[in-house]
Amino acid sequence: MEELILDLKKQLIEALNLEDITPEEIDTNAPLFGDGLGLDSIDALEIILILEKYYGIKIDDPKAGAQIFYSVKTIADFVVANRK
Amino acid sequence: MSDQVMISGWCKINNSRILVNDKLVFESPESLDFSEFSKAAFKALEQPYLKFYKMDNLSKLGFLCAEHLLKHNPIDGKYIPEEIGIILSNAESCIDTDIEHQKTITDANNYFPSPSIFVYTLPNIVIGEISIKHKFQGENTFFIFEQFQPDFMTGYIQGLFDGGQLKACIAGWVDLSPNAKNYNAVFFLAEKSGGSEVQFTSENLKNIYNQ
Repeated sequence: MEELILDLKKQLIEALNLEDITPEEIDTNAPLFGDGLGLDSIDALEIILILEKYYGIKIDDPKAGAQIFYSVKTIADFVVANRK
Repeated sequence: MSDQVMISGWCKINNSRILVNDKLVFESPESLDFSEFSKAAFKALEQPYLKFYKMDNLSKLGFLCAEHLLKHNPIDGKYIPEEIGIILSNAESCIDTDIEHQKTITDANNYFPSPSIFVYTLPNIVIGEISIKHKFQGENTFFIFEQFQPDFMTGYIQGLFDGGQLKACIAGWVDLSPNAKNYNAVFFLAEKSGGSEVQFTSENLKNIYNQ
């Protein structure tokens, strides 16, 4: 799980152009949107792409995104449960 | 008779240098590519704005030009948002970003178009980025010309002032070649009440552009 979380953080930093932020600086349990890293709706689409590209997971229900993308931890849990 | 529109200030970015009102405000080694240059030029502004790093190269270039222009020629509080417009132009449109987008959709076996790249595949997005930062809501247009057209720009913008749509306008040229190999931005701040003695004429735009 620790390795997956680190990979996810690195993938988020690269895909979302989170300049000058290291994986260690991203709180695994903190909200990614709103007050967290200040991500927006385009970033949410990029996270969907990360799940599809690296883990072969397609999100069928867009409404589920809010819960899945709450934090790095919730994304990691979703990957573990759905990885192909 | 038309009220006279004046050039309150201008900013030029090319060859690793940023000039504002004829004064060098930033310079980096010419060996830096655009990515490194733009990052250093942004940090020189000393303003936290994480969205900068998410922009495509054309938007970064235009954003930097507008920020350096307005830092040295502030208009905060002088006008309501609807009175401030942005009219820009270039030759290469957003070809640099178009190519980046194409890379993500060329291989059918690795077909992952990036939303954050795709949203920048229109040249006028640079106007949106500047407008969002400063909450400008006036007239805005992006023209594609083979080269800078001072006659057209002055005529078009004078018309917007005469028609009462604008009281201030950022106008100019923001051009970037594929892979950001070459970049050139020249922005003018046009105002009726800027206290400047430089008229917003085709001749003056041409002279500043060619300096």
